[in-house]
Amino acid sequence: MPKDSGIGASSKRREDVRFLTGKGRYTADINLRGQVYVAFARSTVAHGRINSIDTSAAAEMPGVLAVFTGEDFVEMGSNPAGWYITSRNGETMKEPKRPVLAHGKVRHVGDAYAAVVAETVAQAKDAVEAIEADIEELDAVLDMASAVADNSNRVHDEIDDNICFDWGWIEDNRAAVDAAFESAPHVTTLELINNRLSPNPMEPRASLADYNTGTEDYTLYTTSQNPHLHRLLISAFVMGIPEHKLTVIAPDVGGGFGSKIYHYGEEAVVLAAARKLGRPVKWVCDRSEAFVSDAHGRDHVTKIELATDKEGNFLAMRTETLANLGAYLSNFSTATPTFLHGTLMAGPYKTPLVYVNVKGVFTNTVPVDAYRGAGRPEATYQIERVIDKCARELGIDQIEIRRKNFISPDAFPYTTPVGLVYDTGNYGATLDKMIELGDTAGFESRRAESSAKGKLRGIGYSTWIEACGIAPSHLVGQLGARVGLYDAATVRVNATGNISVLTGAHSHGQGHETVFAQVVSDMLGIPEASIEIVHGDTSKIPFGMGSYGSRSLAVCGTAIVKATDKIIAKCKKIAAHQMEASESDIVFENGNFTVAGTDKSKSFGDIALSAYVPHNYPLDELEPGLEESAFYDPANFTYPAGAYACEVEVDPGTGKVDVVAFTAADDFGNVINPMIVEGQVHGGVVQGIGQALFEVVVHNDEGQNLTGSYMDYAMPRSNDVPLLVVDHSCQTPCTHNPLGVKGCGEAGAIGTPPAVVNAVIDALQAGGYDIAHIDMPLTPSKVWAAMAGAQQAAE
Amino acid sequence: MYAFDFVKPSTLDEALSALAEDEAQAISGGQTLIPTLKQRLAMPSKLVSLTGIAELKGVKTEGNTLTIAGATTHAVVAKEAAEAYPALASLAGRIGDPSVRALGTIGGSLANNDPSACYPAAALASGATIVTNTREIPADDYFQGLFTTALDEGEIVTGVKFPIPEKAHYQKFIQPASRFPLTAVFVAKYSSGVRVAVTGASEDGVFRWSEGEEALGANFSPDAVSGLSVDPDGMMADMHGTAEYRAHLVKVLTARAVAAANG
Ligand SMILES: Cc1cc2nc3c(=O)[nH]c(=O)nc-3n(C[C@H](O)[C@H](O)[C@H](O)COP(=O)(O)OP(=O)(O)OC[C@H]3O[C@@H](n4cnc5c(N)ncnc54)[C@H](O)[C@@H]3O)c2cc1C
Repeated sequence: MPKDSGIGASSKRREDVRFLTGKGRYTADINLRGQVYVAFARSTVAHGRINSIDTSAAAEMPGVLAVFTGEDFVEMGSNPAGWYITSRNGETMKEPKRPVLAHGKVRHVGDAYAAVVAETVAQAKDAVEAIEADIEELDAVLDMASAVADNSNRVHDEIDDNICFDWGWIEDNRAAVDAAFESAPHVTTLELINNRLSPNPMEPRASLADYNTGTEDYTLYTTSQNPHLHRLLISAFVMGIPEHKLTVIAPDVGGGFGSKIYHYGEEAVVLAAARKLGRPVKWVCDRSEAFVSDAHGRDHVTKIELATDKEGNFLAMRTETLANLGAYLSNFSTATPTFLHGTLMAGPYKTPLVYVNVKGVFTNTVPVDAYRGAGRPEATYQIERVIDKCARELGIDQIEIRRKNFISPDAFPYTTPVGLVYDTGNYGATLDKMIELGDTAGFESRRAESSAKGKLRGIGYSTWIEACGIAPSHLVGQLGARVGLYDAATVRVNATGNISVLTGAHSHGQGHETVFAQVVSDMLGIPEASIEIVHGDTSKIPFGMGSYGSRSLAVCGTAIVKATDKIIAKCKKIAAHQMEASESDIVFENGNFTVAGTDKSKSFGDIALSAYVPHNYPLDELEPGLEESAFYDPANFTYPAGAYACEVEVDPGTGKVDVVAFTAADDFGNVINPMIVEGQVHGGVVQGIGQALFEVVVHNDEGQNLTGSYMDYAMPRSNDVPLLVVDHSCQTPCTHNPLGVKGCGEAGAIGTPPAVVNAVIDALQAGGYDIAHIDMPLTPSKVWAAMAGAQQAAE
Repeated sequence: MYAFDFVKPSTLDEALSALAEDEAQAISGGQTLIPTLKQRLAMPSKLVSLTGIAELKGVKTEGNTLTIAGATTHAVVAKEAAEAYPALASLAGRIGDPSVRALGTIGGSLANNDPSACYPAAALASGATIVTNTREIPADDYFQGLFTTALDEGEIVTGVKFPIPEKAHYQKFIQPASRFPLTAVFVAKYSSGVRVAVTGASEDGVFRWSEGEEALGANFSPDAVSGLSVDPDGMMADMHGTAEYRAHLVKVLTARAVAAANG
């Protein structure tokens, strides 16, 4: 019988009541008395030298209160990259200054170089149009290969080759990998592009700053996945506001997908303006602004090689990647293409030798940073595509080649050649589950049915792994991280027995308020409804690092478990005192403290009350009150994995691809709320289908974003997606966190793109088209062009 | 958006006199105009709504002619033209999403003449007559290139008369982002001949594929066009499709439209 509450129950998402009835409270919904508005002047050219900015006319416009340019912020610090990457030659990466507002040069279309604060949004926008900027257009650095080859044209004048870092992973293994390739019986080579994506959270970014001239306190309401990280960046790096004088509140946030991890210049501008004017200052990003100012995702150009024997046993893997960083380093931008990507290049396979080279390249485009999956989708896509190609070259079954190379279930803990230790897993189990649920045996008859309709049907697989639950601080510290990646929780039992859990995690759609309450409810034996999850306000919550990298439950959830354990331990002491028993005889079960072997018992509520009304209480040895905190620094990453099968139909007349069946068999370890896990996988898979078939940011030769609205940036819709079959019954619980959980938020976005592309290649090849690869997104026109090209070549 | 005045008259005459003012502009469903205003790409001083005028609304069939008043929404056409002219109703029912269809109107679509809009293909393939406050314009004369029509400044589309064909079908192949046609073909068969109108493909906006019309006039079957080829010269090219791709689609979609029209 499925449980109806607590761990393992599909408890309904409590947050949905407010979201679905319009009672959510997003940053844009918050209005403070006397608030004024800021609008930004953004570069219309991709690269240009700022000769002068004349704001005098703008300053005279009706309602205008202040005008800022980059000049006003030169004294401030730089918005930093969170990880220092060391290049192969031992040098530290190049970190150009990232100013609040562009100064000296504009470096991408959308780069903000001035800001106007006015009484109304319209007045602010009118005044922006009155700013006279003399910006001398320079050639845009766009194509990465030419950016690194030609050092006459530089995004940052002081960086001659536009290269931030040239990273080898693991450099010491390079010679051995090369040697293995020299002698390999078979080598499969594939060049591919991981397409640049725009994150598109439903809620655009927004910020509202308030400054109290009496107390000199700042409050920033902003769309953040990690309010403490925002506060730290603003305080310690950019603005120097003392941390205790700044409160960052991330209220309801409508999706982030990574793009709201980062601190952006707009946040510093509203704070500075609020301080200068003594009035609250608000900014709500337009959707068109979002397309040219939210950090983008992916954008890798890669050559991958796989060395095998004739039977398809993997001998070595080698990759070279150019990773687009955009014009400035966003906060996670240097970690994403390196440690979140290179360390995953073993996949679930026992490939003995792997070497990864990544060059981070500056271009005149919007900064690129972590986007749902962050580095792991890039790794998985390469691995699963090159394996698919290799199997075709060697004539080996696609499932077989994967299975024979899997790390076997008895090999854990398994140390990969790229620096990770997988704690547990069973990749054959998820593969078998996928075969069963996806009825791969019945594929040929489905293919015949499609064929009868004039469609080419194909099936593609992806067996993927990721590293979640970032991260062990000591490990990431060695790798260059400038912060720790633990998390924190406080469990506050109120006098009447209900509970407020304060967490460093931030929920921006995931459902933490439901899931964390399930965990605490299970542990304390009290109803979920008696537990409130508080998040998003630095003045309330302990110092945690927020939500990204599928870390919330594994890391922040563990902190909650640890704090709750402390609560139980303290309660036992109180109970022992009250029932005149030894603490070691107290058993806690179903919300009651019982003296073992007796019928003496006290409910959790009674104990909680006595902690606040300590009349019969061991005051000489125990403080009153019932509130405990815990910080948790994980011992390792967690390693969710899974097996995906995708079936597509290709219309040979138009090149249009339809995903007609999709099966995802995942291993997330233990599952707290199956319904929420399925929802996360659904969302991730659809995002993966989006990347594979629809989404891409396109620039023209001048660096103009041609996909700056939904008229041209294609998002997947419900009717593009079949009924998804998702399963998480294969469970190898994580060995190093108490819940045994691994994380599920990014899985779909990681595992899906190669499954879709492999399926299309399968369909085309079965249809007689000799096509080895098509770069994502596989739009109708691209697929048709590939088919037409293959046909011509054959003739 | 810039500031503007807004009026919503209840008669055509009032609307016309309001429109006579400098920088006044008609607004119907606003599904094209409002996004333009939001991006500050237009600066009318006054918007004159056409949606409060009873005589600009409704669908009626008289004999072999279906007449749709200028400010009739796509949703109403999808419903009320279904019996008389199913291919046209189906076209209306596939424009945008429910909210676009609840607001957007046929007059707005034809006045705007977006090179990728749906209605122009139906009007041209049907040999429809565009009725305005001053005259009647045959579809063959009305469409004059990208976002360009025979309408004079301030002239209002009050209705469209569609001769009802024997058979027809609208084959829409969507652009993946906007869901407008990447290329779409409307085929209509009349006793007098077959008309094939193509939208989303040409740099000059909606056009008739005369070679296809001729072949289908002789033999109204998908095979009739299989030997033809469409010249990519003059076709639009963008990230969603090359000129060759669009030219190819014209033929494929025409054949599919004919197959569907034949049922
Ligand atoms: C999300 C979305 C998806 C869409 N998808 C499609 C699609 O798939 N296919 C498609 O064809 N269209 C599509 N459209 C456009 C839609 O059909 C519009 O409704 C239509 O193009 C314009 O009609 P309107 O009534 O909204 O005109 P408005 O936006 O009000 O006006 C458009 C222009 O026409 C003028 N005008 C309006 N009415 C008249 C009149 N009676 N006489 C003279 N001038 C007039 C206005 O002054 C203005 O210049 C889509 C729109 C959106 C927002």
